[in-house]
Amino acid sequence: METSEKLPQDFGAFHRQQLGIGLWFKSGDPWIWLTATAVGACIVAVLGLLGLIAVKGLSHFWPSDVVTINYANDFGEFRIAGEIVQRESIGRNQYLEAGSNSTAIETDQVERWMIKSGNRRINAPDFRWVYKHEIVQQLKATDMLVFERSEWGNAYGTLVGIKEHGQSIEPDNPWIELQKRIDRVTDLRDEARRIQKGAINRINYKLEKLRLEKRKRELKGELDFTDIEIERDRLNAEYLVEEQRLRDIITQLERDEIEIRIADGRISTIALRNIIRAWLPNEMSFWQKLGHYFSSIWIFLSQESREANTEGGVFPALFGTVLMVLLMSVLVTPFGVIAALYLREYAKQGPFVQLIRIAVNNLAGVPSIVYGVFGLGFFIYLVGGSLDDLFFQAAQPAPTFGTPGLMWASLTLALLTVPVVIVSTEEGLTRIPSELREGSLALGATKAETMFKIILPMASPSILTGVILAIARAAGEVAPLMLVGVVKLAPTLPIDGNFPFLHLDRKFMHLGFHIYDLGFQSPNVDAARPLVFATAFLLVLIIVALNLTAITLRNRLEARYREALL
Amino acid sequence: MNENERSTDASARVKLDSTLVGSRESVSPNQLPESETCLHVQDLSLYYGDKIALKDISMRIPRKRVTALIGPSGCGKSTLIRCFNRMNDLIDSVNIEGRIELNGLEIHDKEVDVSQLRRRVGMVFQRPNPFPKTIYENVAYGLRLSEKLPKSELDDRVEWGLKSAALWDEVQDRLNDSALGLSGGQQQRLVIARAVAVKPSVLLLDEPASALDPISTLKIEELIAQLKADYTIVIVTHNMQQAARVSDYTGFLYLGEMIEFDSTVTIFTNPTEQKTEDYITGRYG
Ligand SMILES: Nc1ncnc2c1ncn2[C@@H]1O[C@H](COP(=O)(O)OP(=O)(O)O)[C@@H](O)[C@H]1O
Ligand SMILES: [Mg+2]
Repeated sequence: METSEKLPQDFGAFHRQQLGIGLWFKSGDPWIWLTATAVGACIVAVLGLLGLIAVKGLSHFWPSDVVTINYANDFGEFRIAGEIVQRESIGRNQYLEAGSNSTAIETDQVERWMIKSGNRRINAPDFRWVYKHEIVQQLKATDMLVFERSEWGNAYGTLVGIKEHGQSIEPDNPWIELQKRIDRVTDLRDEARRIQKGAINRINYKLEKLRLEKRKRELKGELDFTDIEIERDRLNAEYLVEEQRLRDIITQLERDEIEIRIADGRISTIALRNIIRAWLPNEMSFWQKLGHYFSSIWIFLSQESREANTEGGVFPALFGTVLMVLLMSVLVTPFGVIAALYLREYAKQGPFVQLIRIAVNNLAGVPSIVYGVFGLGFFIYLVGGSLDDLFFQAAQPAPTFGTPGLMWASLTLALLTVPVVIVSTEEGLTRIPSELREGSLALGATKAETMFKIILPMASPSILTGVILAIARAAGEVAPLMLVGVVKLAPTLPIDGNFPFLHLDRKFMHLGFHIYDLGFQSPNVDAARPLVFATAFLLVLIIVALNLTAITLRNRLEARYREALL
Repeated sequence: MNENERSTDASARVKLDSTLVGSRESVSPNQLPESETCLHVQDLSLYYGDKIALKDISMRIPRKRVTALIGPSGCGKSTLIRCFNRMNDLIDSVNIEGRIELNGLEIHDKEVDVSQLRRRVGMVFQRPNPFPKTIYENVAYGLRLSEKLPKSELDDRVEWGLKSAALWDEVQDRLNDSALGLSGGQQQRLVIARAVAVKPSVLLLDEPASALDPISTLKIEELIAQLKADYTIVIVTHNMQQAARVSDYTGFLYLGEMIEFDSTVTIFTNPTEQKTEDYITGRYG
């Protein structure tokens, strides 16, 4: 006892023995463990979430093997071909409740596979469960083909014949012949699309403009519209030409058909114009599959969606999301910076300014749907409605700006995110040493000159930090957008070749809403599920990419001004 | 303390400073004719809100001479010097009474453009405050504000400014590097170059060397001696040796009052006021 009082380290050891847990708590170690665990849990949660959506989303594009399965149960013998998309075990009870034969199975767990068998048109449903113990035979036929179709989803089967104008042709190598003909219809389809989206769209746009012009002049009381009518007739003639070209292409598209034998032995005829791609999954090498995988991802990114969004790509949604976020940034930055400049540089500091500051901070906590309602009521009905009355009378009763659209969505989100920009800009302004302001003023600069030449450049990293936070918040927001401009399917992109190129009044598609639509509004849940994950993963990537860009920019600027701010 | 003792005290100081206080003006600046007066301060009082910071100050600051303002911390030196380029305008609570004439023109007049005034009355602060821009841009900053010079002339003026501040030789190869990479002393000379480049007639230096090492301080002092030929310089300093070394005239401020303003020789060798004497001999401050 005496020695331990003299030697502090021994004294500690003595206490640890005596008090154990109590001292451990006192030492603060548990606190360190607790905090570290919390951080660890967060990291695991985030990585787990990202991993899940990445794996589920990205695996969808892999061309998996197509198995042909023979299985038998009380109802008979069946043959099915398709991709195994899921394997799971269910309890015996669940199995029995599904109306199955109890005698066939003794174990507690029953394994079942979900097969994506395609051929929805003649052999629905296209997703089926097969019990593993019922399987009699299972093989991978090398000539099994998968067709990606523009309607009715995938088709699975073996090629029986190719028909041109209804006449069978006998090529040396049917597979190569098929590929050649698919390439042909792809080109024709692209051509048709170009005409539709290009010339016809442009003519329609001009005709609509002309109609509005005429209406405008009618409202002014004019009676002579010969020039407009001449122009309209010219456009109509042009339209007929384009329409004829389109018809010709469609006729050419109708030329070929193929016949395939599906798993149950039936023959199915598919018009070649509906086929987008065809591949032999069981015969492809790893590298061929990899190539196919990346081209599938490219299609997903670059094409429009089909079949109520359950097939095809997400390009319009991707485009709409990025455009909306960029517009939002363009709107929110000046707005937030100006407000912050006023609060920090011009307003007389006092309780009133402090009150405004508190109000601004609290604005960031208002639920986003409230902003949506505000946007709808104020921006769309009030501002948009008034704009229509003032400038777009000719189009009425159809609204131009008095209806949800890109501009109102961007504005609403700008309003939603302006507090973070204000707060962050103000923070940056307070960090600028007063010596620099005085230095500038002492050289004869006015307050405004000092602001533009010294203060704003030096505050730019903080401003960008605010914009980064704003982007992070806005890009993931869906609820308010549903009220102010996002739609399930927009017929045109908000940017096109028609003057003024950027159409702020148009409705647009958005990845966040696309996820909601796929996941909850889709007629074919099983087909849509992998796309939900893929789209979610894409949305996360977009947000990360937008943020990384802004962060890189911010860090560059920060490096430039760091020493001056110390 | 009688007259005799005082002069003994003072002569001790003269010995200390005999090498430093050169043969300079001994005329009292307040008798200066109008033609040699650059800044004429008349009955200047300044209030921060209700608090008086400068009391009834009158002085004539002579043209193309160095005038030092000394006094203990908080006595109002900075406040006074900031009156000369109206930097106090930036503080809302400030109230000023009295007149300050720059070459015969009242600087508080409504017609006076403050930016114009500040271009004629340059200022250098205690802590070097270069802008986070290149060396070139720092010097060009004031020029770009006032004059639209073609590029070649701008280059010349920047070079001239840097040469005037004795910095050109050190930075001519790295004009486009950040000014923040310069040493403290170089930064302070850069700030002087920046002020000089716009060709002011008065330079206000508020403790320009107090944040610098002795060698940089020496360089600044040499620079002041050079600049005197072309500019009226007012320097605030804490350091009496420095005031003695660089200035022709010295004003002693105490609690907002101008206790004594006279030629530096007189202030350091034969001050009239007891307070000045006490301060100079290090009895307070
Ligand atoms: N912005 C200001 N507001 C109120 N009082 C001030 C302000 N600046 C200086 N003062 C006060 O004025 C007096 C003179 O200050 P200053 O001129 O900075 O002194 P010095 O430069 O001689 O050390 C001090 O008492 C100081 O507290
Ligand atoms: Mg001071």
